[in-house]
Amino acid sequence: MTDLLTLIVAKYNYWLYVILMMIGLYAMIAKNNLIKKLVGMNIFQTAIILFYVSIGYKRDATIPIIQNAHGGNDTHAAVIHAVDYINPLPHVLMLTAIVVSVATFGVAMALAVRVYQRYQTLEEDELRMRLVDIGPEK
Amino acid sequence: MDNYPALIVITPLLAALLAGIAAWTEERLSYPIALIGLAVSMFAAFKVLMQVITSGTINYRMAGWAPPMGIEYTIDLLNAMVLLIVASIAFFNLIASYKSVEQETSDRAGSFYAIYLLFVTGLLGVTATGDLFNLYVLIEITSLTSYTMVALGDRDRGPLASLNYIFIGVIGASFYLLGVGYLYLKTGSLNMVDVANILSGLHGSSTILVAFILCMLGIWIKMALFPMHVWLPNAYSYSPVAFARIVAPLMTKVMVYVMIRLMITVFGLDYIFETLNLSEAVVWLATFAIIAGAVMALAQKNLKKMLAYIIVCEIGYMVGGAWMGNQLGMTGAILHILNDALMTFALFLAVGSMVYKLKRVDFIDLKGLFGKMPWTMAGFVLAAFSIIGVPPTCGFFSKWYLILGAFEAGAYHFAAALVISSLICAVLFFKVFEICFFEPMPEGHGHEDSSSHVAIEEAPLSMLIVSGLVSISLVVAGLYSGTIVNTIILPFLQ
Repeated sequence: MTDLLTLIVAKYNYWLYVILMMIGLYAMIAKNNLIKKLVGMNIFQTAIILFYVSIGYKRDATIPIIQNAHGGNDTHAAVIHAVDYINPLPHVLMLTAIVVSVATFGVAMALAVRVYQRYQTLEEDELRMRLVDIGPEK
Repeated sequence: MDNYPALIVITPLLAALLAGIAAWTEERLSYPIALIGLAVSMFAAFKVLMQVITSGTINYRMAGWAPPMGIEYTIDLLNAMVLLIVASIAFFNLIASYKSVEQETSDRAGSFYAIYLLFVTGLLGVTATGDLFNLYVLIEITSLTSYTMVALGDRDRGPLASLNYIFIGVIGASFYLLGVGYLYLKTGSLNMVDVANILSGLHGSSTILVAFILCMLGIWIKMALFPMHVWLPNAYSYSPVAFARIVAPLMTKVMVYVMIRLMITVFGLDYIFETLNLSEAVVWLATFAIIAGAVMALAQKNLKKMLAYIIVCEIGYMVGGAWMGNQLGMTGAILHILNDALMTFALFLAVGSMVYKLKRVDFIDLKGLFGKMPWTMAGFVLAAFSIIGVPPTCGFFSKWYLILGAFEAGAYHFAAALVISSLICAVLFFKVFEICFFEPMPEGHGHEDSSSHVAIEEAPLSMLIVSGLVSISLVVAGLYSGTIVNTIILPFLQ
């Protein structure tokens, strides 16, 4: 039991992402309202983005901006140790992933508006009934 | 010229931008722009394939940045082949699409072409890239464009089908992204070849196992492997027919390519088949996919839906072949990427012509179609024979390799499923033939002998020519399948 606790405490950030992901997945599967499903989708994506952001982190490291890199006042001090800087690559990757998720969310919202205009509802069970009313499909 | 690999992807991208701008200002320019863009891309893909066959793998560094820092396009025999398939099917479909687009989405033709080009860009990029994260972004470009396309189709059901597609698609892409995260955590690299080199020392790691499972799950969801296929039939049958004709043959096939690429180049076949020993379970899954796809196809009353379930069944063939764990199975799977793309394209071309004339393709609407559209139906029959696997059409040869592979691996259940599904396909298509050939036209012919008085009302010439070309290519690909295997697939696998 204590082993498990130490495992959870030592890597608490990862556990949080797992929980977030599950919340998102639950909403996408179990919720009846399309907008709630969309929110779940966004939570799900955000959990993965947070996961990436946190794998770039190092203990006692700072942001990866090198001081005096272009020959400031104190050029001799510019010996660079990679250990002192967090890894910027996952963060840069996530900028792209955020763009992707925003685009997806935008398209999905636009579609939700379309669905609402056509059927006047966003509840899945009601939508299913409306679809039956339309009759045989094309 | 050294820049052909970049040209394949960038020309359609630029053409998409121009076509998008043209859609706002001078809409009739969009179509020629798209046509030129895809023609250049197809030409470049052809050049690249020739170059790869004569002088080996091309490593193209984007903007000159060396890997693993820069993004690299690694083009070997496998993806050179897939690139040519994608570029040429996209080009020929565009020729056939002009009339359908005019009919179905006339008010938004310019935007249709822009999205179409972006979709093709995504597929070509997915095929060409040698970088894991780049692959994710391009998969998402492909998916985003197909979400919008599905919504452009059927006004009543399209948006809802598209939303459901988004939910599942996002889960798939996110799983893949998470898998890449685990790989990056362990290797610190995103370049496929580089990751593979580092991985060869890490076979026991559980992180790599998780990464592998997540990547595969993500790709399987995206390729609609049973039981993750639920989005596919609705999405494909409610999209505009001009788009259905390209998404059906290409999307799933490119995802199968991605799976094979991850298996061979990134994780390595040794790791998958010897360290993990997952082969048997996945072949069973593929067997279920084949049977389930075929049985669900039997239950359909609409031609588009029926074909969509046949695609689910075909995905089972390719996944099973790739996971058989021997060279024959892999050869069959890769050959089936080519053949299935051609067959599905031929089938959907025929369906496109039918939709153009009939508007609806429920089985009831197809009565007497042989008399009305003889050429379209001739193409349809040839494509159907290929799906069933009648020699000398190409479908026979890849199935032959798959069955040989199954026997070598001792996976008799897979071979049995393959044969049973072929029989079910035969039943399905002969049911359609029967309706089209023997049942009289529904109305307007009174008591006269309907078979001799049906006026021929064919689809436009552009569709017929493309349909004819593709149908002939089915036989040609069949006759030359030995050459294809010997010059492309076997050298790649060695």
